[in-house]
Amino acid sequence: MPVQLLDWEALEEFFTALKRRGFTLIGPQLQDGAIVYDQLEKPEDLPLGWQDVQDKGSYRLHQRDDEAAFGYVVGPHSWKRFLHPPSLRLWRAKRSESGFDLQEEALKDPKYAFIGVRACELSAIEIQNKVFLGGSYTDPHYRARRQGAFIVAVNCTQAGGNCFCASMGTGPKVETGFDLALTEVLAPSRHYFTVEVGSEQGAELLKEIPHQEASQQEIATAQQLVATAAGQMGRELDNSGLKEILYASYDHPRWDEIAERCLSCGNCTMVCPTCFCTTVEDVTDLSGQEAERLRHWDSCFSIDFSYIHGGSVRASGKARYRQWLTHKLASWIDQFGSSGCVGCGRCITWCPVGIDITAEATAIRNSQAVTGVKTKGTRHVQADH
Amino acid sequence: MYKQTIDELLVRHSFFAGLDPRVIELIAGCGLNEKFSAAGYLAREGQEADKFYLIRHGTVALELRAPGQGPLTIETLQEGDILGWSWLFSPHRWQFDAKALTLVRATAFDGVCLREKCEEDHDLGYEFMKRFAGIMIARLQATRLQLLDLYGTAD
Amino acid sequence: MARLTNSPRFALDPMLPQRFVVERLWRETADTFTVKLEPVDKTADFAFAPGQFNMLYVFGVGEIPISISGDPADNTALLHTTRAVGTVTKAMSRLKPGDMLGLRGPFGSNWPVLEAGGHDIVLVTGGIGLAPLRPALYAILAQREKYGKVVLLYGARTPEDILYKKELARWRAHFDLEVHVTVDRATESWRGNVGVATTLIRRAPFDPQDAVAMICGPEVMMRFTTQELLRRGVDSSRIFVSLERNMKCAIGFCGHCQFGPQFVCKDGPVFALKRVEKLLNTWEV
Repeated sequence: MPVQLLDWEALEEFFTALKRRGFTLIGPQLQDGAIVYDQLEKPEDLPLGWQDVQDKGSYRLHQRDDEAAFGYVVGPHSWKRFLHPPSLRLWRAKRSESGFDLQEEALKDPKYAFIGVRACELSAIEIQNKVFLGGSYTDPHYRARRQGAFIVAVNCTQAGGNCFCASMGTGPKVETGFDLALTEVLAPSRHYFTVEVGSEQGAELLKEIPHQEASQQEIATAQQLVATAAGQMGRELDNSGLKEILYASYDHPRWDEIAERCLSCGNCTMVCPTCFCTTVEDVTDLSGQEAERLRHWDSCFSIDFSYIHGGSVRASGKARYRQWLTHKLASWIDQFGSSGCVGCGRCITWCPVGIDITAEATAIRNSQAVTGVKTKGTRHVQADH
Repeated sequence: MYKQTIDELLVRHSFFAGLDPRVIELIAGCGLNEKFSAAGYLAREGQEADKFYLIRHGTVALELRAPGQGPLTIETLQEGDILGWSWLFSPHRWQFDAKALTLVRATAFDGVCLREKCEEDHDLGYEFMKRFAGIMIARLQATRLQLLDLYGTAD
Repeated sequence: MARLTNSPRFALDPMLPQRFVVERLWRETADTFTVKLEPVDKTADFAFAPGQFNMLYVFGVGEIPISISGDPADNTALLHTTRAVGTVTKAMSRLKPGDMLGLRGPFGSNWPVLEAGGHDIVLVTGGIGLAPLRPALYAILAQREKYGKVVLLYGARTPEDILYKKELARWRAHFDLEVHVTVDRATESWRGNVGVATTLIRRAPFDPQDAVAMICGPEVMMRFTTQELLRRGVDSSRIFVSLERNMKCAIGFCGHCQFGPQFVCKDGPVFALKRVEKLLNTWEV
């Protein structure tokens, strides 16, 4: 289907059409000084005229000189909080004559319509699909939420200070996995979106709202904006051979340096759109008659995360940071066929001490040869004792 | 007769492997077969260590005594094991008891005689040192593992 | 958008336990016990392969992974042996016949019992590690003629901590099974070996060029056992280890059990040494 065009004024009807189909709209909005994802009612709820400025350990909102609805990059939230919720009850158990009865948790399909999914975020969703649906077991909760979701992607027309999706091959242009993909254009006299249709569902929906086919000129303008974003990346990461380099760097001295800065707070894992780790909590009511099992997001930065009888396997902060970075950029490839990083930069922005994953990976890459020798020496000494 | 048997024994044993036949003959000449009944002692802590043993049959317990406790077995040795290195090092005293748990047949080697030969012939001395160091390292590592109390309760 | 294909497990929730009842629970040593379970749903199948584990849930207390320690050929007895050291295992140790447990499983990889046919077998284990290896020994003994020499080397802390004592005595009586037991410390009354399990390897009767070794015990013990086996000439491609890591889900979702690229819950717990050798010798992986 050729590229379509939707005027800003038609957005309200677009939202209404989605709601009519039973979707709950989730999208960007201003809350507590940040752009977060929450329930949307109308286009005016969007963060019109706001832009985020991001750097290492820094996130600030600035007023733009236009009325762009998608003039920001990414905030602390990602869509995983809706597909893979921070807390979820898995089942309940009730004491009975014979012991206890188990009650399965009904699968919720909240029918979310995600408005404003960025290319890096679509990649993150694809990655979590592999984690939760790609193996011999599947997570029915994730499946229900994912299957029901309608995805309205938005191409980035500018990059942020911590963005490096171009390095990761995950953006800034959305390629696949959406129902509709918008590119926002603010021409001097006109505010419009070019629209790519990614699914039948998307095409059906578009039929219900006023739209037209986009002209070559309009398409070119939109494409130019996305190309500009690609050239504006605040950071970059060289992925060539990175897995092998990291696998060979378990003893690298850089981990000690990072550990001196890292607070083990786990912020990076919470804001990361692909981090999927969870823990479970078993609780009972006061009478001890009812129990339930809850699942919560967990972080490999917590000391309990690796606890086995006798103590935690990763007792030191450096082992935990090493686990996180090595998993994200190396072992993820062996586990799920792609890097676990989509280049969104959230872990850099929301790190209270501004640790930059791209800088750390680069530092390890650049001093790899030296470490190789060092490692050998250490081994030699160990073997003698 | 004895000498020949010991000779053969040494040639087959990994501890003596690669030694010059002349040296083997020399060591065999310092060897004497001994027999211990169960609960008999091959060595007593504090006594002069003037020999080492090659255990040919049976089980030997290395024991330590601590005040208020019975003897504590640190390690058991068996057929093929070498027992004793105190003869090589000053003050040449046994550091533990070595008790036969079963009937034990062992070849005892005269440490005083061998010590003198080692002093005279440093090549021979070096060979002995290397071989005993190997045994010590193995015992030390095993002891370190024991110290870890691997299967102990942590809580 | 592109629809996600349905997998056959779509309808099943892999996190939902099945209900089992304690048929019997008995003490093995001062801090270990074995629990024998039977399913509430009598048609439920609990076939497993030696080396696999289940997630056992005690009502309101929690769920933990425990290896299956019974005979894989006996589908009337589902056995788990464990130490009462944590909240869940302590609560479990107090269960009585008729009490209910939740169970998910079996999960994970298994000992290469079939693949090892025609070879000498060396099982090296320490402490509670004998429990996950016992099903392998049952399977091997059931088809004893298919193997060369079979050797079980077992290290315990003290003579009082020796697991499955009666059974060990029975195994010792087998003319075609070598059983060597050692303890880390003992008083005079103990007539057996004293020393760590690794010291048993050097005189165990097997052909290093041919033997397949399966090791289960604390990680340090497995590292040193591995070294000793390699020193004797056993090729690392024929050495297998069983790893332990924190687990919350057993199906690769919770992330806790990662060991480098491996998920111990689904890629393990039994690994060919070759696959994990480097990481086993790396700190805090």
